[in-house]
Amino acid sequence: MNPLGWVEGTLIAPLRRIGAVGIFLVQLLMQAGPALARPRLVVQQVYNAGARSLIIIMLCGLFVGMVLGLQGFDLLQRFGSEDALGVAAALGLLKELGPVVAALLFAGRAGTSLTSEIGLMRATDQLTAMAMMAVDPLRHVVAPRFLGGVIALPLLVAVFNLIGLFGAQLVGVQLMGVDTGAFWSQMQAAVELSDVMEGVIKSVVFGVACSLVAVYEGYHAAPTAEGVGLATTRTVVTSSVLILLLDYILTAAFLGN
Amino acid sequence: MVRVTDLHYGVGERRIFSGLDIEVPKGSITAFMGPSGTGKTTLLRLITGQVEPVSGSIEVFGEAVVGMRKAGIFALRRRMGMLFQNGALLTDLSVFENVAFPLREHTDLPEPLVRQLVLTKLHAVGLRGAASLMPGELSGGMARRVALARAIVMDPELLIYDEPFVGLDPISMGVIVRLIRQMNEALGITSIVVSHDVDELSLIAHRSYLISEGRVVASGSPEELRNSPQEVVRQFIGGHPDGPVPFHYPAPDYFDELLGRGKP
Repeated sequence: MNPLGWVEGTLIAPLRRIGAVGIFLVQLLMQAGPALARPRLVVQQVYNAGARSLIIIMLCGLFVGMVLGLQGFDLLQRFGSEDALGVAAALGLLKELGPVVAALLFAGRAGTSLTSEIGLMRATDQLTAMAMMAVDPLRHVVAPRFLGGVIALPLLVAVFNLIGLFGAQLVGVQLMGVDTGAFWSQMQAAVELSDVMEGVIKSVVFGVACSLVAVYEGYHAAPTAEGVGLATTRTVVTSSVLILLLDYILTAAFLGN
Repeated sequence: MVRVTDLHYGVGERRIFSGLDIEVPKGSITAFMGPSGTGKTTLLRLITGQVEPVSGSIEVFGEAVVGMRKAGIFALRRRMGMLFQNGALLTDLSVFENVAFPLREHTDLPEPLVRQLVLTKLHAVGLRGAASLMPGELSGGMARRVALARAIVMDPELLIYDEPFVGLDPISMGVIVRLIRQMNEALGITSIVVSHDVDELSLIAHRSYLISEGRVVASGSPEELRNSPQEVVRQFIGGHPDGPVPFHYPAPDYFDELLGRGKP
């Protein structure tokens, strides 16, 4: 085995890649102002990434909430504290499940769509044609999609949480017989603004991570059918790992505070 | 209008150009011809500043492209139009919006004027009636004509056509040939046409460059090229499968390989 080759492949290549993504992020942020100056493009992308993911987010939010209601009830009734189900469900959804599951779904639904769309634009010379018309594809194509994703995910997480709470209530209160008043009042008393903010910050960070990975992979996809397919796969894998890693780091940071 | 001097370019170990010299006079139609894989499209990418050469100089509109910053290159590109092999229309925009795209990006013209300009250019390529169609609804020839309308909507001084005749039926090909000539004669646009369709080029090109193995092997008017005694030119013009440009990609001896003595 060539030791230099090993160092290059194992250490330097990933660092180079992280550096390239960092530079790409800076380039995107530099284009964010001009892109926001023409909000029509960004709004269109919020619709594409957000509104078009609503059904899957709502459906999964409902099921996650229902499971949370069921498992929470089973656990809490062992200690005779099933009235705290509302608090457990709310904290579980707001701080963890909402941002993480919604972000994973977002990576699979909107992230892949962004990567394949930009990758195909590259493969069919649309990005080159744009650059040849003296229009920067980063400003016109990539930055609006990135911003659209960053704006859409926190909104999707909010919807996910609301529907999830409804699902938990549906199972806990309607099915298992937890007192309605206790469910909502304990939640109201125990959930702090800082709990909500933790979820909001996570959803924004995940939104940046997912959207950045998706547009980076699409923009740098090899201009072939195989290249676009591989880039799409990389988007899902990288985003998923990144979401879970960032979730741990953020949770540790919040608990540390 | 375009001057390429002693151009050297390569990708990795592979040398694509080694000492290329080309001049495109203002108001002319100049053809770059050559066998597939000689780097004709790469030459266009170099001229338009999409890639940097290893050495040599490229001047467009009298300005050096090599080493120019992005803003400068974009300023140059505003003065040129490019027709891609596949049209490269933006698939999420209608035909009308595709042609209007450069106007909306670079000007603040009022909507009625944008509409008038777009319809004029679409009329010039015979596709005013297709303004509301989406790119997916167009045939290959129609897509290329829409792309041509888009390329001329900003009234460029230089128009670059990358393989404009590939995969077209004879009628569409005739239409494109006529349009290229019209753009040149009516609007005075300098044109560069990259192609290996000798017959079509001979109808429109004032001057042709035959590129092979990284350099210009012959240049002149279509008539001069037809009468050239050079073997490589005769092979290319005559369409002979073998000659100075080999039919076979470099490979070990055929029989040795069949008998398992060569490399697999």
